[in-house]
Amino acid sequence: MTTPHPQALISESLRADFPILEQKMHDKPLVYLDSAASAQKPQVVIDSLSGFYETGYANIHRGVYKLSQDATEAFEHARNTVRDFIGAAEARELIFTRGTTEAINLVAQTYGRSALGPGDEILITEMEHHSNIVPWQILCEQTGAKLVVGLMDDTGTLLLENFAELINARTKLVAVSHVSNALGTINPVREIIELAHAQNIPVLLDGAQAAPHMPIDVQALDVDFYTFSGHKVYGPTGIGVLYGKAALLEAMPPYQGGGDMILSVTFEKTEYNEIPHKFEAGTPNIAGVIGLGAALEYLQGIGMDRIAAHEAALLSYATEKLEEIPQVTIIGTAKEKAGVISFAVEGIHPHDLGTIFDMDGVAIRAGHHCAQPVMEHFGVPATARASFGLYNNFEDVDMLVQTIQHAMEVFS
Amino acid sequence: MSDLRALYQEVILEHSKNPRNFRMPDPVDNFANGINPLCGDKLTVYLHVVDDVIEDISFEGSGCAISTASASMMTQRLKGLPVEQANAIFEQFHELLTSNIDQETSDDQLGKLSVFSGVREFPMRVKCATLAWHTLQSALSGEHADVSTE
Repeated sequence: MTTPHPQALISESLRADFPILEQKMHDKPLVYLDSAASAQKPQVVIDSLSGFYETGYANIHRGVYKLSQDATEAFEHARNTVRDFIGAAEARELIFTRGTTEAINLVAQTYGRSALGPGDEILITEMEHHSNIVPWQILCEQTGAKLVVGLMDDTGTLLLENFAELINARTKLVAVSHVSNALGTINPVREIIELAHAQNIPVLLDGAQAAPHMPIDVQALDVDFYTFSGHKVYGPTGIGVLYGKAALLEAMPPYQGGGDMILSVTFEKTEYNEIPHKFEAGTPNIAGVIGLGAALEYLQGIGMDRIAAHEAALLSYATEKLEEIPQVTIIGTAKEKAGVISFAVEGIHPHDLGTIFDMDGVAIRAGHHCAQPVMEHFGVPATARASFGLYNNFEDVDMLVQTIQHAMEVFS
Repeated sequence: MSDLRALYQEVILEHSKNPRNFRMPDPVDNFANGINPLCGDKLTVYLHVVDDVIEDISFEGSGCAISTASASMMTQRLKGLPVEQANAIFEQFHELLTSNIDQETSDDQLGKLSVFSGVREFPMRVKCATLAWHTLQSALSGEHADVSTE
């Protein structure tokens, strides 16, 4: 803490956009280092939600009255914002879901169930979140397909050669996290997509941990499905996005039946609506979509490049500081990492760390991060994880270090 | 005493670093597994009960300081006691962790276990302190079902 902080890349005033950060926790200033679990919300998002409910609320896609038309317009405007945010060709390629988890389940149950049969394979990696493992296991039970797992090395880097060897004529889908939530590894998704496409295999990317931290361009990636969650990109909970190439989405059967996803219904035959509505049965999370739009516009206003650079500076500062503490082991040391730092402190269980951190006002995650196979790879039951958002600063990292030292004192 | 110091008392830290009765008996007579899926704590409690008396009790596993110390001190406290008394102690222990009753006014069967009173200020950690006890109850019931805190 005697060394001067590197130059902050994001204006300190952005921190003031997040009212929750003014709070104290156990009489200490709140240091929020759990954005990988969920990000805090800027005032513009909070205002968009309350403003919509106060003056703009009505159901969408049905009313002939102005309020409903305006709500529909706001809803579809948000879809366009999402299109801009991830560089999709058309707004109809974006389906609103409850989150990444539902988006992956949707692909598994529609694309997966129609395209996979006994002996077919779904290729994932060892570092997936449970939400990119379990939907495929369910699909395997339903279809007789097989889940195949690409391995990583002890830095948490995907073994790309091994991964390439696992792609074969039986592979029907590749599903990989863009960024690992437990380790922070940024996967070589361009190479993965090229490998898969060379054999005409579609690729789904779980972008839950990437979308908040870096510019995403689904067309440049040429990815077939991309998923992310609203609450991790500073938007509301209960809203997420599935991007799919139009041709794929059009060929897929619907996910759920209900209102809004149909063109006509008789008891003999129902004609499904066009995409994206085919996949959005029932009254959607209208306010959530509008809040998500507000969050993405907020991020675009700052610039995802700047956010990525800011978080990279925090990560490198934190890595350097934690490496100076001999009792600390960083878990996940891939060359390409996003702002996630999982670590262990010798002789102190992560759950105990979490409690001591909390008493110091520092919110971190302690546990298996819904990635138990990752924990197994590293032979630990759990890790402590600090993760960064655009509102974090170098002082937050200093507090992290101080609190680790405090925990070591308590346990000495 | 700060809440944190009250939680991590010397005795608790000492037991977490050097757990007592930390072994698998040979042969294994009766056991049950307990897990806390939230934090990944896993432990196994082994029992040898003769005529409703806990002749031997031990455990193995990995967990946080609170769950390890609680398991260790549980085995120390319950060894040699009738099952009925063990159940009564668990009830008191649970009350100590969750209610605001002053520990000194309760009929003190807890002995050293009363050092866990600090857990009360940390509701998220009550499950850590009771994991071994719930696992013990599963073993005692003879159902051998894995116990989960969730």
